[in-house]
Amino acid sequence: MCPTDVGPPDFKTMLPDVIKKNYGKWKYHEILKPGVMKHVAESGDELYTVRAGSPKLVSTDFIRDLCNVADKYCDGHLRFTSRYNPEFLTPKKENVEPIIKELNKLGLPVGGTGSGPGACLSNVIHTQGWIHCHGAASDASGIVKALMDELYDYFVGKKTLPAKTRLSLACCLNMCGAIHASDVAVVGMHTRIPNIDHEKMRAMCEIPTVAASCPTKAIRRHPDPNIKSVVVDETKCMYCGNCFTVCPAMPLANAEGDGVAIFVGGKVSNARKPPMFSRVVVPHLPNNPPRWPEVVNTVKHIFEVYADNARMGERMGEWIQRVGWERFFKLTDLPFPVQLIDDFELARDTFRSTTQFKWT
Amino acid sequence: MEDKTPMVDELEKGPWPSYVKELKRAAKKHDSVKDLIKVQERSFQRKMTQWKHGGIVGVKGYGGGVIGRYVQNPEEFPNVAAFHTMRVNHPSGWFYDTKALRTICDIWDKHGSGMTNFHGSTGDIILLGCTTEELQPTFDELSEHGFDLGGSGSDLRSPTACVGPGRCEWACFDTLGLIYDITKTYQMELHRPPYPYKTKIKASGCPNDCVAAIARSDFSLIGTWRDNLRIDQNAVKEYADKKFDIQRLVVAKCPTEAIELVKGKLELTHPEDCVRCMHCINLMPKAIRPGVDTGATILVGAKAPIIHGAVLSTVLIPFIKVQPPYTEIKQLWEKIMEWWDENGKTRERLAELIDRMGMPAFLKAIDVEPCPQMVNTPRANPYFFWG
Repeated sequence: MCPTDVGPPDFKTMLPDVIKKNYGKWKYHEILKPGVMKHVAESGDELYTVRAGSPKLVSTDFIRDLCNVADKYCDGHLRFTSRYNPEFLTPKKENVEPIIKELNKLGLPVGGTGSGPGACLSNVIHTQGWIHCHGAASDASGIVKALMDELYDYFVGKKTLPAKTRLSLACCLNMCGAIHASDVAVVGMHTRIPNIDHEKMRAMCEIPTVAASCPTKAIRRHPDPNIKSVVVDETKCMYCGNCFTVCPAMPLANAEGDGVAIFVGGKVSNARKPPMFSRVVVPHLPNNPPRWPEVVNTVKHIFEVYADNARMGERMGEWIQRVGWERFFKLTDLPFPVQLIDDFELARDTFRSTTQFKWT
Repeated sequence: MEDKTPMVDELEKGPWPSYVKELKRAAKKHDSVKDLIKVQERSFQRKMTQWKHGGIVGVKGYGGGVIGRYVQNPEEFPNVAAFHTMRVNHPSGWFYDTKALRTICDIWDKHGSGMTNFHGSTGDIILLGCTTEELQPTFDELSEHGFDLGGSGSDLRSPTACVGPGRCEWACFDTLGLIYDITKTYQMELHRPPYPYKTKIKASGCPNDCVAAIARSDFSLIGTWRDNLRIDQNAVKEYADKKFDIQRLVVAKCPTEAIELVKGKLELTHPEDCVRCMHCINLMPKAIRPGVDTGATILVGAKAPIIHGAVLSTVLIPFIKVQPPYTEIKQLWEKIMEWWDENGKTRERLAELIDRMGMPAFLKAIDVEPCPQMVNTPRANPYFFWG
């Protein structure tokens, strides 16, 4: 019988010697070039980090490739960032260029660093999508690949950004990865009410639980007592999919209706302005695999307008706050459909009570 | 179904590393991934997922850590008829040695699809695609080699920490040590879902919040300090000599006008106004550092949109020292969990329960004194209780 509840390995056993020695005693760091950092400890010890991009969905051979590089140059140690980037750590400066060369040979870009003026784009936080999820309103890995092929220069630092820019993607409103505070977020959305399977409902779901799961009270018992199922009020349903999570008989997937929305201007960092939510600026774009041109072009366009117009050091949300939403829509030439005006709980917090506008 | 997958193949092209290439590497060894590529092509053609809803599977003694997954058309894609996910709890800070990584890879090639996520959104290693029969042997072998499952369902999800003191000069507390300790202490809550819904703990060592604790954890710890930031004037001069525009990029962007250039020196002229936002430190890491009286702010309630809209965590404890054995922090978390467990409805996250019952009731239940740091402003309406 195998042991249970052993917990994860102790991280201390996974640290390279230079980190064990200088744990908690780092003094400062510098970004030497895109994807390469130097950390200096109080002791004077130096630690070089090379950060690479990864598609996140990888084979075991990909991990073994990374291990080979780490064995050769990093005494068998590596780590990953919270945004899926593998990082190679070494006290030896002379190892930096060989590591970059090996990574490039593997087809991996080096970059993704920086938070201030001239920052690179970091990797895209994203979910499973059609590769593995039953509730996905869009794909994940496919759109991310299409996006990053076009935004590649921002990751490797050939093009730079006014400040840290975090791009994220979730394939439904559950938002595994909580992407609602990203500079640009792409979110899979349904636009049709659940297609109720009355047979399945009878076999698999509790009607009161299904009705109670709906945040807008759009679900009620079927008026015909002989049908042990529910009906959905089309005027109240906003396609959140919570009912589908609790009951497999309420699928929302619809080839024509499903697509993505684009949110912008969120952040989690406290630097300068407090953390803020991303806001919807495009309520719906179609799923158009494999390259999602409408989504890729819109996101790329928003990046370009931001890069051209924001002041150095300004996050996307800070730039929008300064210039005003009316100018954001003017500069990006995005339409302002009624779906952008909130009518859910706390909607009033988003309405404007002032005569202060920006007209030019 | 024919074997050609032109839409998926298209994503092998382009400069960004391709997940399709990864699928094809794994497909050389695993028939399941051959089918997985066809399933992806089908979903591209039909613009819809090809996976069924859920399915309860797991390993002996555990209620979480495995997510059941079945394909909609098993007769067409028999090798992914059952294609479950295992979440494996990562080491704090996602530090590895290659021996451990190679071990996981070997176990996964032996029992599963050879496809993984390094890592999933919450932080676990995701082993993507396992038959029902192979779940237990995979777990047994992982466990033998010192790995364990992460959270799923209505349990404590795998807690995560930023790189912290491992490689960051801004770590105001030992994020890695705290998260490892918490993860080991609450193995029961992590493996056997006891709660109304999922719950998350995340620790970031400074207000930059690299693990997005404030956006996605019910219990968020974010490093801060109470004394003044430290400025090294020699290093300030170095920045100035390199023509770094301190006035425009640093001083002018201080949100509270607390810092000024005085005769070439960068001075915290209004320390009482500094809100410890990290801006000046971020831009001049060689010259400016957090203070030495460090600890954490504890905030509660963050969550994604489901059900009543997204929530950012809000302040519960403005400052707490974070030192082993972390008793005060654990007791606070346990009290919060008890109140939530007692009062929460199914699929009601902590923030939604606080909204339903009221923040004052929450504070009373967990015995935390109210303080002005908890709010942006006091209430504007006259409707308060005295009972």
